Amino acid sequence: MNLAMKDLRRQRLSFSATALGLGLLFAIVLAMGGIYRGLVEDATLLVDHMNADLWVVQRDTRGPFAERSTVPPGLEDRLRAQAGVASARSFSTATIQRAVGGRSLRMSVVGLSWPEDKGQSLPLVAGRPLRDPHREVLADRSLWLALGQNLPLGDETFTVVGLTKGMLSSGGDGCVFATELDARGILAWQAPEARRLEREGRLSRLALTELDSLSNQDRLKDERFLPPTLAPAPANAVLVYLRPGASLDSVRQGLETWPDVTVYTAQAQRDLLLKGVVEKSKKQIGLFRALLSVVSGIVVTLILYNMTVAKTHDIALLKLLGARSSVVVKLVLHQGLLLGAMGYGFALAIAKVVFPLFPRRVVLGPGEFIGVGLLVFVLVTLASAAGILRALRIPPTLILAG
Amino acid sequence: MEALRAENLYKTYGHGDTEVKALRGVSMVAHPGEVVALLGPSGSGKSTLLTGLGLLNPPERGVIELMGQRVLEDGRAQGDLAALRRSRIGFVFQKSNLIPFLSVHENVRLILTLNDRFGADTHARAQELLEYLGVGHRTGHFPEELSGGEQQRVAIARALAPAPPVILADEPTAALDSQRGRAVMELFRKVAREQGTAVVVVTHDHRTLDVFDTIYEMEDGVLRKVERTA
Repeated sequence: MNLAMKDLRRQRLSFSATALGLGLLFAIVLAMGGIYRGLVEDATLLVDHMNADLWVVQRDTRGPFAERSTVPPGLEDRLRAQAGVASARSFSTATIQRAVGGRSLRMSVVGLSWPEDKGQSLPLVAGRPLRDPHREVLADRSLWLALGQNLPLGDETFTVVGLTKGMLSSGGDGCVFATELDARGILAWQAPEARRLEREGRLSRLALTELDSLSNQDRLKDERFLPPTLAPAPANAVLVYLRPGASLDSVRQGLETWPDVTVYTAQAQRDLLLKGVVEKSKKQIGLFRALLSVVSGIVVTLILYNMTVAKTHDIALLKLLGARSSVVVKLVLHQGLLLGAMGYGFALAIAKVVFPLFPRRVVLGPGEFIGVGLLVFVLVTLASAAGILRALRIPPTLILAG
Repeated sequence: MEALRAENLYKTYGHGDTEVKALRGVSMVAHPGEVVALLGPSGSGKSTLLTGLGLLNPPERGVIELMGQRVLEDGRAQGDLAALRRSRIGFVFQKSNLIPFLSVHENVRLILTLNDRFGADTHARAQELLEYLGVGHRTGHFPEELSGGEQQRVAIARALAPAPPVILADEPTAALDSQRGRAVMELFRKVAREQGTAVVVVTHDHRTLDVFDTIYEMEDGVLRKVERTA
């Protein structure tokens, strides 16, 4: 006869409510781990997806994911000419915030190297890769944009032709993929008034040079005109892909002698991202999680202890009737384990239903489920021990006291 | 052979000025099938004697024997007291003290389970006892759904379940009206006669003394047998 189950049968509503409360607590412990994993995955997603062997960035910077980085024009071509390099492509990305359809949309614009990269390797869940080098974008579905929707960015209106899944920036913003040139255009866009002021500045600077002429002045007044002395918007980095069999170290060492760039392997870029973007969050989340685990332990202990106190009379009666200590221990321990199991079950259900609605990704793997499951088991076992100690001290003669 | 034999029991609480001699050389016997009453005013030591006989609060000196087996001698247990309690002694209290989260049937079966008896025969034994005590129709109910008298019948059924040689009852009719109280006392007599159990009852109810075979009276820790007049 399982006394613990019999007891719970009579108070299933209050027991379920208690388990639900604990489940919420355990769900938050689970979420903390999942949020951290999500941060790591989001942070390294683009680096992993680009799958480059080397990241060549502005000299003495840590690359576009950590800080502003602009590489000189023509760097792509210089890199392609190096021994061991199979291909090189420009890479531009930045996070922008625009009003789209009456709502403020924060997105990370990423350039694709047209025509080699049309987004066919991206995880498309709807639509198609890019077909046109201009005015087409692929958007992550986390941005809630529809296929065929027009997206005004800068001077152009882009059409969403494909939707990706799970393509987020290190900041957790949904990515919008355009061709590299379109991306740079979007990122370098200035408001008309800013451009007018820039033209006036150019004219006044031109007036101080020997290049000043009526024709040049007329051309500078045209807002579509970019003088050849001004470089187009620069890329943030160049990604290098090596030929099969080429030595990563020798190519990297060769490039490190160039005075205008800094070179990172993909792993180094990944490490920089994790240390820069995730490290503090990791500590913050880790400390919060530890605190939450302690709070959970205290709450579980109090609940089980109070459940034992509520059964003082019944336990005294069992002892008076000659029940072995093991019967009393099982009564308390079974209830503790059942409460923990139910609470954890609720936590898993909450994780399945609620976590996908979180604004940032919550990534849970088997290790996380097993780890938190073990934590719950240890917590309820220790908490049950407190109840058991109390139960074993209850004198059987308590019954005779009325 | 006596079902219960107590010899020269002594029990003292406190020290110095607060010392109370609760039992002073108490001796008594209860034979199988005998119904024994323990009378006495509050504070006379009745409850101390009952808890001593029930192996819950062992006296410091003296001997207690159950069915000829010495189980306590000068405060030292001669075996596992908890095991002796669950197999050799049945308890009935002023309140029924049934476990509220167990059904009537489960309450009776519980004591069999505690004695490592499982399976169909425990179901049959519990049902048989409930029928015997007139509450067979209440097996699936919970204690709170029963009247006080019915609860005491279930408590007696529980006490009887492991077929103990002795039942100890502490004012079992105190919470019942006179009619139901008398019915319970007569039930004890019936149980003693038909099951061969010795029943020791602490009571204040002098109206039911005719039910008892032997009456002891306790005062200031001293027990004396009351001689019955014809």
